[in-house]
Parts: sequence; structure tokens; C-alpha cells
Amino acid sequence: MNSNRLTNIMIPIFAVLLGILAGAIVMIVSGYDPIAGYSALLYGAFGDRYYIGETIRQVTPYILAGLAVAFAFRTGLFNIGVEGQLIVGWLAAVWVGVSFELPKFIHLPLAILAAAIAGALWAFIPGILKARFKVHEVIVTIMMNYIALHVSNAIIRSVLSDQGFKSEKIHASASLRSEFLQSITDYSTLHYGIIISLIGAVVMWFLLEKTTKGYELRAVGFNQHASHYAGMNVNRNIVLAMVISGAFAGVAGAMEGLGTFENISVKAGFTGVGFDGIAVALLGGNNAFGIIFAAILFGALKVGALEMPSSADVPTELVDIVIALIIFFVASSYLIRLVLNRFKKEGK
Amino acid sequence: MEYVIEMLNIRKVFGNFVANDNITLQLKKGEIHALLGENGAGKSTLMNVLFGLYQPDGGEIRVKGKTVKIANPNVANDLGIGMVHQHFMLVDTFTVTENIILGSEPTKRGQIDMKRAEQEVRELSERYGLAVDPTAKIADISVGMQQRVEILKTLYRGADILIFDEPTAVLTPQEIQELIQIMKTLVKEGKSIILITHKLKEIMEVCDRVTVIRRGKGIGTLNVSETNPNELAAMMVGREVHFKTEKKPPKVGKPVLEIKDLVVKDSRGVTVVDHLNLTVHSGEIVGIAGVDGNGQSELIEAITGLIKSESGSIKLNGKEIRNLTPRQITEAGVGHIPQDRHKHGLVLDFPIAENMVLQTYYKEPYSKNGILNFKKIYEKARQLIQEFDVRTPDEYTKARALSGGNQQKAIIGREVDRDPDLLIAAQPTRGLDVGAIEFIHKRLIEQRDKGKAVLLVSFELDEIMNVSDRIAVIYEGKIVAIVDPKETTEQELGLLMAGSKRKEAGVSS
Ligand SMILES: Nc1ncnc2c1ncn2[C@@H]1O[C@H](COP(=O)(O)OP(=O)(O)OP(=O)(O)O)[C@@H](O)[C@H]1O
Ligand SMILES: [Mg+2]
Repeated sequence: MNSNRLTNIMIPIFAVLLGILAGAIVMIVSGYDPIAGYSALLYGAFGDRYYIGETIRQVTPYILAGLAVAFAFRTGLFNIGVEGQLIVGWLAAVWVGVSFELPKFIHLPLAILAAAIAGALWAFIPGILKARFKVHEVIVTIMMNYIALHVSNAIIRSVLSDQGFKSEKIHASASLRSEFLQSITDYSTLHYGIIISLIGAVVMWFLLEKTTKGYELRAVGFNQHASHYAGMNVNRNIVLAMVISGAFAGVAGAMEGLGTFENISVKAGFTGVGFDGIAVALLGGNNAFGIIFAAILFGALKVGALEMPSSADVPTELVDIVIALIIFFVASSYLIRLVLNRFKKEGK
Repeated sequence: MEYVIEMLNIRKVFGNFVANDNITLQLKKGEIHALLGENGAGKSTLMNVLFGLYQPDGGEIRVKGKTVKIANPNVANDLGIGMVHQHFMLVDTFTVTENIILGSEPTKRGQIDMKRAEQEVRELSERYGLAVDPTAKIADISVGMQQRVEILKTLYRGADILIFDEPTAVLTPQEIQELIQIMKTLVKEGKSIILITHKLKEIMEVCDRVTVIRRGKGIGTLNVSETNPNELAAMMVGREVHFKTEKKPPKVGKPVLEIKDLVVKDSRGVTVVDHLNLTVHSGEIVGIAGVDGNGQSELIEAITGLIKSESGSIKLNGKEIRNLTPRQITEAGVGHIPQDRHKHGLVLDFPIAENMVLQTYYKEPYSKNGILNFKKIYEKARQLIQEFDVRTPDEYTKARALSGGNQQKAIIGREVDRDPDLLIAAQPTRGLDVGAIEFIHKRLIEQRDKGKAVLLVSFELDEIMNVSDRIAVIYEGKIVAIVDPKETTEQELGLLMAGSKRKEAGVSS
């Protein structure tokens, strides 16, 4: 039992190490110095207070996006639409942020709530289609991503600006920015969002493991037939799981809209945070606290990578390759489990 | 003496639980060797060791005299060992042939040679009298046929030692007779067989020798010709077992379940329950006898709300419950031991404890203000584990890790504990050992003596005759006869079940 838990923790660590190793080989083959490359990466992620601030800021939406994917997954659903739910959440948060002027203790929660509701609504559609008509949620959520992207662009142009490319800046009363956090991190863009995402992780854990509803959601995720037999409403649980997952994704969008950018601009393509959330959830073993660590890794890679071209001449594309390799090794965790077991046997 | 398999002093430990404690089993060439033991005694574990799914923590395995290490099932295949598992491992959407060749496909210029494969499968099937259609889809064939496909799979891979893990638990009496014929043909062709079964009758009928294990320890090996069912039962359980359950005459009360003109159609629109009438009173056990596929499953699913019925009426204590939701029906006072424990009965990836509150988790004391009270859940689980003798390391163990029979005991404990007015038991003792069967029968009778109504569905005529106060014979979706178990014979029941003799009188009662 104990050794089992250990293997469960060892596998992602092993996967990451293998990914880093493979990344080093790729760098050597393409004629770059891997030691310089990784030193730059490390420095760019944690090298000084500014970089640490930036990394934490990047980790914030990753945690929430990872939670969104994991929540759906734990209840037996594949929410590939976190990206779209994040975009509508971002839009809703900024909309509330620019449209009202209210005291901060009302305005900020209201903006975050709007984002959660927007994300939830966006996920409600694939949820209800799955429950009612057995339409596979993967297909619908992917389409909903595109709809989110283009609809939000249209709204930014026509409603939130006068045919411009970005909305106005949100009112300070809706902002997550903090003088204090900025000043201790050498004026990075760090904001209070990280606290919200950490609370999000606790909420997800509590909801799934401790509440009656969470019990039902997990049961439906594992065995719909037995859940139906036990008197649970399977369809309603499917919709509810999607809605909660979407709410997490929407709040991830609020982190960008109320904290990092304080506005929303027309996007040429997806932010990628929602898709990275799938990898974060996978690496974190769909566990609320595992996801925090996975998000830190992804955030560090993303932010640290910015340093690689300037100090080690390694192109950012290579960092994407390293991330891809890590995901690859996590996904093939079965293989790693096999190898680990083999080692354990030999060691006996 | 020539042994094809020798498992000597095999030991297998899970955590600090000893599942196999120095067990020895020796298989002679050309014999059918029974492996007998209570639920959770360690039979499947021992066979999984032989098949390379588990690595032993001690002991020695010899195949045809040579010591071997069976690292995985491929090695077992190469050594000529094949296994038909307790739960089948077939791809539903593939044909019989595709399933059989999966993993060792014959190829011709890089492409699967389906013609040749089908030919080979057909030849094998004919040689051993299996009568399997190589081109049929798995989803379209019966459970009995699926099992034959599993047998063919092992034969196709050249197995000459076959392990059957409770093959008859999922079969109807007719299919069991056919399987026994098949096993006889197999040994005639030089194969050797290890058969796990809880049915002593089958052991007496086909086996040459029997090895008995109890709580992970080997008790001994006997020649079947020199023993009898009573001795075997006593050896495996460690005490005397009564095959015939003692019971007082029933104190029949008011009707609890009243079914009138019930019509149920299956997903293809075929009428499977056809204007069925049945009444079960408080204080009685009504057994439904019938050949599989005559509407029993659909009848139960309709009563419990798992499927919708077309028309008619189902009343519980005088209240209409037809087409209510499963939860409303459960709360109205219906308990249900489902036929398929893996599909309906359990969430296999949940711990035992969480499975014990599958229908009651939202009620006090298990839940308060939407928060689960795990302390109370674990308490309840411990109580049921103790009371129903569920053999498990603890209440946190996943249901998946329990032996088949212990999973069943857990479900029965949960359903009986809710003390429902109507208890529906579908094949409640499938896969249970004789000791556990005795125990379950006692509990069913206890419910009846407490004034509850019990509806028992079983393909085992023994069980129906033994436990029921009245027997309702179902044929083509109708109750065609109601008989008194004391006044009928297996022969008469058999004829009624085949639909050849109708006894319309008393049907409406
Ligand atoms: N993977 C596992 N991890 C932990 N315990 C296990 C595991 N597999 C089996 N056990 C335990 O070992 C014991 C023996 O199980 P096994 O499946 O061999 O029983 P069995 O004799 O086949 O019983 P049945 O007749 O009910 O099928 C059981 O108590 C079971 O809970
Ligand atoms: Mg078993």
C-alpha cells in the first residue's frame, strides 16, 4: 500500500527527469549547450525575485485549468473545452470589471463570480448534450472552444471597444493587482490570484472527497450502471460535473482578466493555458495537490523559457519540445511503472 | 508418477495478508483436478500464480518435471498453460475469430490471413465439439458461447493444460451439462484440466482428484471416487454443512408486491415480459424458476426501476411504484441483490466501506448538511463485514481486490441490512461456497420470518426448491405455473420451464 503510493509519486518525477534528459539530447543534437540552456531556464524561473513573481503569476491560471480538467476527469468526463471556458470567463470578468464602479469587496467577487458562471454556462452545453443525447463531450467541447474564441473577439470589438483591439482597463476596484506583491517581487505582474487558485485546489479536494455530492460524482465517474442502480441521477451528475469543471476554468480566465492583463484583447489564437491544463492534470495525477506541483513545473518552464534565447541562444521552440517530451513520458507512465517494478524486483 | 504441473509449497502475500500459505498442487496428465475452497481461500490467486499474473513469494513450480519461472502470461502460454478467467476478457465488437487470434495473428505478406484463421478456429471447434461460429460477433452470442471462445483461445495457442476459474457460475444448467461434455472431450484428447468450482455435484461428476484449501492453506488432495460431498464440504469449511436449509412453515401475511398485466419491451421493441401477473406476500419467499432469457432479468429491472415498463401495474404495499425512479423505489422499501455484481452491485474502485452505503450515503448518519461522516460509514462497514463474514484485510480495501464470493457477501450484507419490505435476490449465491450459501439462505429465510417478502430468482433448481415457499415458473415472459416445492419434482419443473406443460390454475394468485 505504502510502496504503491510511493510509486505513484515516483512516476511523474521520473517522467519529468526523462523529459529533461531527452530535451538535453535534443539540444546537443541541434548544437546547443544543454547545461547553459537549463541554467538559463532555471534562472529565468527562479533566479531572482522578479522571476519568481512572474513564475507564480503564470502558475495561477495553470492550477485552475488543471483543476478544471481533473474535476471532469474524476467524474468520467473529458473536458477538452477548458480553453474556451477560460476565454469566456476572462471576457465576463473584464466586462464586469469595466462596466461597474462598486466598492472593491463587492466588485472583485462579483467579477470572479461572473467568470465562474460564464465558464459554467459554456460547459453546461456539452454537459446537457452528453446527458440528453449521448453526444460525446470531446467533440462538443472542442467546437465550443472555437465559438468562444470568435464570439469573444467579436464582443471585444463591438461592445467592449469601438472597433478596437482591446477593452478598456478594468476599474481598480475589480483588480487583483497588489502594490505589496509587486513591490516584494521587484515589480513583477504577480497578483492575488494565486491565493484564489490555492483555495480552488482545496475546494476541489473537499468537494470530491468530503461531500455527499462529491461521493455521487465519483461514483458516476467510476460506474454509471451501479450509480443508476443505487438511485443516483446519472444524467444530472454529468451536467453538474461539467458545470463545476467549467466554473474552475472560468475562474482561471478571471485570473488573466483581473490580474495579469487587467483587460482583454482580440486574440489571433488560443491562449494555450486551457490545453496545458490537460497536461497539468495528467502530471498531477488528477489530484488537487498534485496539480499544484505540476502547475509550478509548467509555470516555471513557461516563464524560464523566456530567458533561454537571450542568455543561452536556445530558441523557445526547443522549450516547447522539452515540455512535449515531459508530457509524452507522463502519458507513457505505464512504461515507467514497468521499469520501476523491474528495478524493485531486482533489488530484492 | 507423471505430473504435468507441480506447484510445490507456493506462498503468495499481499501486503501483510497471506493469500497462499505453502500450498501444494500436483496435476497428473489427462486428469480433471478440482481446486476447492471457500470464498477468499486463495484459489484464484494460486491459479494466477500458475498463469504468471502474480509472482510467488515462495515455493517452486515444475512443468513436466522441469522447474520454471513463469514471469508473465506469455511464458505460461509458451509452456502450454491456458486460463479461462472468472470474468471473460473478450472484445465485444470483434468476431469470434478476431478475438481468438488477437495477439498471435497468422499473417500472409504482412496482412492478417483471416481465411486461414477462420479455418483453423472452425477445425478446433469441431474437434472438441464446441460448435462455435467463427464469424459471429461476441456481442451477439450467449455467455455460454463466449466462454467457449475463451476455451478456443487457449487451445488456439496450443495449451494442453487448461485452468478453468469458476466456469459454471455464469452458466445455465443446460450449458453446464454441455461444458462438462466439452471437458470430457478435452481430457480424452490428452489435455489436463484444473477446475475451480463451488459445486460439489460437478466435482463428483467430472473430476478425478480434488485439492482442498482453506484460508490460504492446503488441507489435502483426495481421489474423488473415495470421497463424498459431505466430507468435501466439511474439509473446506472446517465444520459440518447442511445442504438442506431448515425452515419453519411460512406465516403468510398481506400482499407486499402485486404485479398485474406487466408488459416490458427490450431495446429492440420485442416484448420480453408479457402481461405478467405475480403476487408476493409478507412472510413468504417466492422463487422464480425459468430458463435464462425468459424475461427474469427484465422483470426485476422493471420492478426496481432500472428499465421502464410499457404497461400494467406494480404495487408495493398497495402503492403504485411502476416507472418510478430507482431511488423512489428503494426508499419505498425494495432491496435488490443484482444479478451482475460488477456492473450494478459495486463501484469496484471504491473501498468496501463506500460501497456499503451506496444507496444510503445521502441520509443521516452517513451524511449531514451535505458532508459525509466517514466515521459512521466506516463503523457501518466494519459491522457488516463482521456480520456477513466478508473476508477482507480491512474496510478501506477496494472492492476490486476482494474475491468474487466476498464481493457478493458484501452486497448481500448491504441489502439485507437496509431491512426492506421486499427483498429481490437475483442469483444471490452465484459463485459462493457451500458454507456461504447456507449462510445466505438462512438470512433470506430470516427476512421472511420477520414478515418481509422475498422474491428469489435463480437458475439453480436446488436453490429454488430448497428456499422457496412457492415457485413461480416463468416462460416467455409469462408466469405459466405456480407450484408448491413440497409437491413438485425437478422433472416437473423442468417440463414447465420448457413450456411443454401449462398449469393455468392458480396463476393469478
Ligand atoms: N490484488 C490483491 N490485493 C490484496 N488482496 C488480494 C488481492 N487479490 C486477492 N486478494 C485477497 O486474497 C484472498 C484470496 O483471494 P482469491 O481471489 O484467490 O480467492 P478465491 O479463493 O478465488 O475466492 P472466490 O471463490 O470468492 O473467487 C482474498 O481475501 C482477497 O481479498
Ligand atoms: Mg476466485
